Amino acid sequence: MKLKLNKTTRKNFATYGVVILAYVLLQVMKGSLSSSLKGMLVPICAYVVMAISLNLTVGILGELSLGHAGFMSVGAFTGVTAAIALQNVIPAAPLRLAVGLAVGAAFAGIAGFLIGIPVLRLNGDYLAIVTLAFGEIIKSIFNNLYVGIDKNGMQFSLLSDKTNLAEGGKLIIEGPMGIGGIQKISTFTAGFILVMITLIIVFNLVNSRAGRAIMAIRDNHIAAESIGLHVTHYKMMAFVTSAALAGAAGTLFAMNYSTIMANKFDFNTSILVLVFVVLGGQGNMLGSIVAAAALTVLPEMLRTFADYRMLVYAIVLILVMLTTNNATLRSWFSRFSLKNREKEAA
Amino acid sequence: MATRQKTKLVPIPSKSLVPERDVDKRPILECINLGISFGGLKAVEGFDLTIGRTEIAGLIGPNGAGKTTVFNLLTKVYQPTMGTVLLDGMDTHDMTTAQVNRNGIARTFQNIRLFQNLTVEENVKVAMDAHMKYNMWSGIFRMPGYWKEEKIAHERALELLSIFHMEDLANAQAGSLPYGAQRRLEIVRALATNPSLLLLDEPAAGMNPSETAELMENIRKIRDTFQIAILLIEHDMNLVMNICEGIAVLNFGRIIAKGTPDDIQANPAVIEAYLGKKKEA
Ligand SMILES: Nc1ncnc2c1ncn2[C@@H]1O[C@H](COP(=O)(O)OP(=O)(O)OP(=O)(O)O)[C@@H](O)[C@H]1O
Ligand SMILES: [Mg+2]
Repeated sequence: MKLKLNKTTRKNFATYGVVILAYVLLQVMKGSLSSSLKGMLVPICAYVVMAISLNLTVGILGELSLGHAGFMSVGAFTGVTAAIALQNVIPAAPLRLAVGLAVGAAFAGIAGFLIGIPVLRLNGDYLAIVTLAFGEIIKSIFNNLYVGIDKNGMQFSLLSDKTNLAEGGKLIIEGPMGIGGIQKISTFTAGFILVMITLIIVFNLVNSRAGRAIMAIRDNHIAAESIGLHVTHYKMMAFVTSAALAGAAGTLFAMNYSTIMANKFDFNTSILVLVFVVLGGQGNMLGSIVAAAALTVLPEMLRTFADYRMLVYAIVLILVMLTTNNATLRSWFSRFSLKNREKEAA
Repeated sequence: MATRQKTKLVPIPSKSLVPERDVDKRPILECINLGISFGGLKAVEGFDLTIGRTEIAGLIGPNGAGKTTVFNLLTKVYQPTMGTVLLDGMDTHDMTTAQVNRNGIARTFQNIRLFQNLTVEENVKVAMDAHMKYNMWSGIFRMPGYWKEEKIAHERALELLSIFHMEDLANAQAGSLPYGAQRRLEIVRALATNPSLLLLDEPAAGMNPSETAELMENIRKIRDTFQIAILLIEHDMNLVMNICEGIAVLNFGRIIAKGTPDDIQANPAVIEAYLGKKKEA
């Protein structure tokens, strides 16, 4: 008997398989990896989650978002703050990390919701413009935010440090200095688990009534309304999910460093993640994963080029884009997938 | 007249005609003085029409007469600037396009609007969304509700596709279908929303004569099976005169004639505005 799985399901399982295989291989080879590469394992996971979540907005929902790093930033600052604040309450690091990730996701999700309210009812490129502004606003907020904790609880102040903490209190977010003295509790395993959870959430969402509705809205807005779909509701669902996952990625990323600053999550980061999505293919999650991982490692691999590193990086990027868009090469590749399909049909 | 006996048409308050079997029931649709102007152009004006609960009605008229605009008014793609639409007795004035659909009107589009990148089956299943209950979390965590409702949706989708013998195409990408199949899929998708009034905008456009003949049978079959009303716009006079019980003729945004196919074919104003023109061409 032949196992009845449709094309999408097969592709999803292949994606899970690749991720698990990569994790196992890297765990086995861990001893022989260079220390700089080892240090990149968690950021790779964070960028992979970023790319998958942005692909939900760009590829599945079909809206351009230029401020995805803003959600990462919200997740990073709120998640790390929660983890630091709970340091004594939850001594077990993995659990504290999990709580931090959940807090980061929740706050980023709320931010996504707040931006979604005015923007998602509109058609056109408003989302791109508003998310671009959002990313910048988040950056300046965290550059000017002071958050401390003392026995009276959390203290907040904006622009300058007026938190006036009581005896024994400590400042967590120090404006432009960001958060310092973070316990690096992010691990590669935690990153792997987050990637897997992200994949499960995105695949299962896409493969349910919600995903069908979201893609229908993307394909034809008027027809989607004509069959009774609540367009704003579904757009919001996709956008908030995307934002929340980016928030979790932010927390994971931040907990890998001892200090974290708002300027890390700027427009460049948003564009970088967008490049992962475009390069990997819109709606193609495996493509996003490969692109995110490869382009995060690439600068490290190019260290031999020293000062010309970023130049070579840009050239490689352009070459990859040219080749993947080349009609001849494409038809060459599609020959293979056609053959595969025929084999399956037989 | 033979046709008149078969579906005896009697006047009801808004001076429109419905088949006899639907007369004692509340009409599914009543348009009263409906109209819209785009800037200065009155695209539709003083549009009165009543459709019985199980009637197949036709809306005809020359190019640019305002037929598609009427559909857009009924489905709230455009907000009427004049008049009232009563859908099963409910005023649709404050409804959105989605709400109108959830209250019973489904439609197809003159320029096909399928969800191109979804499969045929997904195009049909997504139209059942309003009737599904499981929430986002049940979907993500694959709870029993998900499996149960998805199974029902899958079976119902295949059943609806079988009206047009399209079950075998279930996994094909909608955008890759031939033109005629895309038109049929639009009808199936509209039916999947479980409407009480189906609006078909030129369903036979681009179809060859044998496809059109089959479509005609299927439109009747749909009405008989689902006991719903159908209002169709069509340029194929053979189709219209064959399956419509009541016909309204639109010219320059105004109704110039209403009646049975026999009435319409004999109406001098119609012949001049429409049929006559067609012969000249
Ligand atoms: N959104 C709009 N803005 C301005 N004018 C419009 C708009 N929609 C329709 N019209 C005008 O209204 C008139 C009626 O158009 P409509 O599409 O309803 O005609 P139709 O009867 O469906 O014609 P056809 O048989 O060619 O499909 C046309 O003159 C058209 O230009
Ligand atoms: Mg038209």
